[in-house]
Amino acid sequence: MAEPLLAIEDLRTYFYTAAGVARAVDGLSLAVAPGETVGVVGESGCGKSVSALSILRLVSPPGRIEPGSRILFEGRDLLALDERAMRAIRGRRIAMVFQEPMTALNPVFTVGDQVAEVARIHARASRAVAWKQAVAMLDRVGIPAPDERAREYPHQLSGGMRQRVMIAMALMMKPALLIADEPTTALDVTIQAQILELLAELQREYGMSVLLITHDLGVVAETASRVVVMYGGEAVEQAPVAALFAAPHHPYTRGLLAAMPRLGLLRERLQTIPGTVPAPTAWPDGCRFRDRCSSAWERCAAEHPPVYPIAPGHESRCHLAHEPARRDGPAAAGGRAVRA
Amino acid sequence: MSAPARPAPLLQVRDLRKHFTRTRGVVRREHEVVRAVDGVSFDVMPGETLGLVGESGCGKTTTGRAILRLVEPTSGSVHFDGRDLLALRGGDLRRMRRRMQIVFQDPFSSLNPRMTVGAIVREGLTIHRLAEGEAADRRVRQLLEEVGLRPEYAGRYPHEFSGGQRQRVGIARALSVEPSFIVCDEPVSALDVSVQAQVVNLLADLRRERQLAYLFIAHDLAVVEHIADRVAVMYLGHIVELARARDLYREPLMPYTRALLSAVPVPDPGAARERIILHGDVPSPAHPPSGCVFHPRCQHPAKDAACTQVVPPLEEKAPGHFAACIKVPAGA
Repeated sequence: MAEPLLAIEDLRTYFYTAAGVARAVDGLSLAVAPGETVGVVGESGCGKSVSALSILRLVSPPGRIEPGSRILFEGRDLLALDERAMRAIRGRRIAMVFQEPMTALNPVFTVGDQVAEVARIHARASRAVAWKQAVAMLDRVGIPAPDERAREYPHQLSGGMRQRVMIAMALMMKPALLIADEPTTALDVTIQAQILELLAELQREYGMSVLLITHDLGVVAETASRVVVMYGGEAVEQAPVAALFAAPHHPYTRGLLAAMPRLGLLRERLQTIPGTVPAPTAWPDGCRFRDRCSSAWERCAAEHPPVYPIAPGHESRCHLAHEPARRDGPAAAGGRAVRA
Repeated sequence: MSAPARPAPLLQVRDLRKHFTRTRGVVRREHEVVRAVDGVSFDVMPGETLGLVGESGCGKTTTGRAILRLVEPTSGSVHFDGRDLLALRGGDLRRMRRRMQIVFQDPFSSLNPRMTVGAIVREGLTIHRLAEGEAADRRVRQLLEEVGLRPEYAGRYPHEFSGGQRQRVGIARALSVEPSFIVCDEPVSALDVSVQAQVVNLLADLRRERQLAYLFIAHDLAVVEHIADRVAVMYLGHIVELARARDLYREPLMPYTRALLSAVPVPDPGAARERIILHGDVPSPAHPPSGCVFHPRCQHPAKDAACTQVVPPLEEKAPGHFAACIKVPAGA
């Protein structure tokens, strides 16, 4: 792999709450190559959104990025930068699109003003130049009649149009990395298809890297070249997208794939993962998934699994890599069921 | 719609409409009518699951609520077990509601946070005088067990449970009065995949054990395919296609249904797909397009001026397969 654009090493982001220390992100390592789309998948509470906020250093108290964590971007450790240097990176080199554009946009400014503001702040553009650039960008992201739409307020736009505005804001400075946190979760499926297509197009055009955070394995399969599966604040499996879906290794990944209802795949019952995600204040010792795993044995309680290599570019935090004969249970059938 | 040999439908909905009047503007007040549900007809047979799918604002939730009269329909008729629901009042309506229940989408806001789970499940038993005292306690414990919760949980409050567990409480509450029909309004959309599968399986088991009929409202087409016997697709207040699940998913007739199915992301990176990307947004139900409501976004090659003028009736194009499109020939 080429020199990564972004390399997260042993990221720990903890929240010091009355209920105890919530170890939301607890030892995450991942890398994003230039021009690559990496999908981060996981269920609520796995730490995927907090990881995104950590990259931009937008975690606020009682949250804290723990000493020893490293986030290398274009060769520099973002966690070592002063706030001024960080501001120069946010929005200019790394931009972010959030799930809910209605809460991410300011309701009292027009969308044109908000997009133009990015150029005014980061490129010191004059009011007129920034406005022109904003309208051009709104046009580029597929907003019809951008001249008129730029003068409207967020509430006047549909959910899909608001997400396009968010993308326009994020891409104004042509960032090297776009972090998209559940960018289509609030949208209907036909609008989701439009937005995913737009993101893929813009990525090719600008040659940027994308870190796509989502709970939807279908979205990941269609957009990412590599996938990171998170559970319990860490990456439990990483693989090229084809390998992850064809030969998932970690029992959690297999369970997720098997639990998903799929179009055209008729089964009597859906497979389930028993139990629920543990609280981040109390990850189990050893493997954090072991309480819900049908293959777990003594070693899983005794020893936190390290990252095992499975194949080139494919790794899994599961002791089964060492002792494959112990795999059992219904999830062993994996995500590959026969199409009806 | 039903041939003489078939058993009588449990639920018969005909030309159901629900229009909301919205007032806009402060100085110059304008009233506009939002046609949330605009002439919907379907049957649900005893023990059958009818899936109702569509995007936000298509009227699927309002349809479910109008059937139960949680919102009063503007016009149309709803017959349940042969009785005209819209004519019922007071005690008669209450007695009928015992047989029709609803499970809501949001397990966080649909349970009273000040009531214990036991009290929530017990309330229906009391209101409908089905059990009291110790018999009611026993019944509550049984119901909790039946939905996969420990009976000791009866003394706990909703906030002590996860989303999936709360959804189980909502299901136990619906079952407590022994309904024969349940409107499931996006019952699993707020849940994570691993928990969603648990709840879908539970609903399927209960249906089999109790011969329940469901109106299963959801935007997730894969979940609906998994659980429904027949599926109705809604768009802008209309049912645009209705068929057996198998037929609808394999051979969708309506251009809208095709686009909707093709837009679902598939967790198979190698899959060859022909995606139809619809342009634009769903129009406002306050100003629905003339003729076929889907015509502005339709990519059917035969689309023409007639589509903008003729309101397409929901016609049986193939046995049991109904579609509202003048360009789809009968016998398709």
